[in-house]
Amino acid sequence: MKRSNSIFKKDRFVKRLTLIPYSSWAFLFIVVPLLFVAYYAFTDSDFNFTLDNVGRFFNATTSILNPDGTYKEVHTYLVIFWRSLKLALISTFICLLLGYPFAYIISRASAKTQKIIVTLIMIPMWMNFLIRTYAWMTILQDAGILNGILDFFGISPVHIIGTEAAVVIGMVYDYFPYMILPIYSIMAKMDNRLIEAAKDLGCNGAGVLRRVIWPLSLPGVISGITMVLIPSISTFYISQKLGYGKFYLIGDAIEAQYSANNLHFAAAIAFVLMVILLVAMVFMQNYANKKTLVA
Amino acid sequence: MKTSSKIYTALIMIFLFAPILVLIVFSFNESKSLSVFSGFSFYWYKELFHDTATLKTLQNTLVLALCASAIATIMGTAAAVGITKVRNKYLRVTLNTVTDIPMINPDIITGISLMLMFVFVGRLFGAATSLNFATLLIAHITFCLPYVIMQVLPKLQQMDKSMPEAAMDLGCTPFRAFTKVVIPEIFPGIITGMIMAFTLSLDDFVISYFTTGNGFQTLPIRIYNMTKKTVTPKMYALATLIFFVILALLLISNLSDSDSSRSMKEARKQKKLRKLEEKV
Repeated sequence: MKRSNSIFKKDRFVKRLTLIPYSSWAFLFIVVPLLFVAYYAFTDSDFNFTLDNVGRFFNATTSILNPDGTYKEVHTYLVIFWRSLKLALISTFICLLLGYPFAYIISRASAKTQKIIVTLIMIPMWMNFLIRTYAWMTILQDAGILNGILDFFGISPVHIIGTEAAVVIGMVYDYFPYMILPIYSIMAKMDNRLIEAAKDLGCNGAGVLRRVIWPLSLPGVISGITMVLIPSISTFYISQKLGYGKFYLIGDAIEAQYSANNLHFAAAIAFVLMVILLVAMVFMQNYANKKTLVA
Repeated sequence: MKTSSKIYTALIMIFLFAPILVLIVFSFNESKSLSVFSGFSFYWYKELFHDTATLKTLQNTLVLALCASAIATIMGTAAAVGITKVRNKYLRVTLNTVTDIPMINPDIITGISLMLMFVFVGRLFGAATSLNFATLLIAHITFCLPYVIMQVLPKLQQMDKSMPEAAMDLGCTPFRAFTKVVIPEIFPGIITGMIMAFTLSLDDFVISYFTTGNGFQTLPIRIYNMTKKTVTPKMYALATLIFFVILALLLISNLSDSDSSRSMKEARKQKKLRKLEEKV
């Protein structure tokens, strides 16, 4: 079988030719850089081993002024981390709350409407997010467009800019499509007959949602949550602009250390963030697998 | 759609397009204000076309996106072909996991990690500044690659494996079988992957911010530097132009994607296949 042998050899040649460039690239520019994060995180400026950088993340304190004039010592970076987590979780929850019914509405529309709405959702994603965030700033300002509209209707103005609410609005706005699209793509494939069957068998609206639609859409929900949570926990522009820099987030902390050329401490913060996200992802994936197996 | 659904959809659309509407309206503002509209004018568009520094960064961004997406598309398509041929389970799982990393990792970590490596390697060679166009290009190719692979891989898996084999049985060399049979079959995936890579590269700010040096500025980085100071409607004028270019591209791609052109493509493909058969 000389001929098949030569095809086999050729196949192996093709495999090598196609795989070697990519595998080397992926190793050099995906795997090795992550090792460098760990390396920088655990070394000082002379590249001697140290735990100081990671220790600083957990131990550094700042004193903040209480309303009654006394000072309070708080853990600088732990406070920043919890704030990032809190705002990211709130944003993700709002995205899910608004996006889930919306994804359902799109998935039940006619094919043509579906295509139009999905395209409309994607258009803002192609606009530069810095400019869109800046535009929100001019909308939410005290003398901004929103208060102008409220004033027109005789409603008293609201103060949003520079609060945590403004940061949440920015995050929800920027990452909303990442919640809708995965849920929608799962729901569009959902078999309508299952819903009809559940209704025929006496399930009411809430029952259909809880027992049929929700379990079937769970993979989309999980990927939507990860796709919103990860960028919003690590963002570093939104809080600077919409929060007037008052609500430092973990991304801002990394960026500030990078700008100050403290690469080792920047790496330490990035390393801690990476490890926490990794653990969260594994946990979520296990949860998703278990749930989808049961459903 | 029910009326309640229509209202809900409309509200979401208002939310999604409010800032875009605002920046389009205020790009035509006569005065410098971004929140008080005083009169219609093209003043800021004229300003924009005289701002050579911004136009230069726009050019930089386009050059970078073209290079990065072209290289990522070629390497990614080849990688997808290679991955389908891997039979060893562990190797395949490893390859897929590594490919997923840049998509899952926050941009800031991808940016920081590449920057640390570039700085370290630069220091080894004694360079004062190690971040430049090359490092930026490497970073962009790296984060574009997974998206190309993600688009091409399913097309390869859906493809009938006996087709390239049949072509080779009929005397095609493996290379010819690949270019004449496999490529046309997975072409939609390659194009979608390339478009995704191009737009991602065009719009990226976070990774570029960490991996570029002073010498090479992209548009998002220029916008970032400008928003540190007060922004004039000039930036809005630029965003408005970009918005309409995207809108036009979407309309064109939707029109060419309609049924008539698809059936035409199908007919052309059939004709090609028949020709190929005749030749053989």
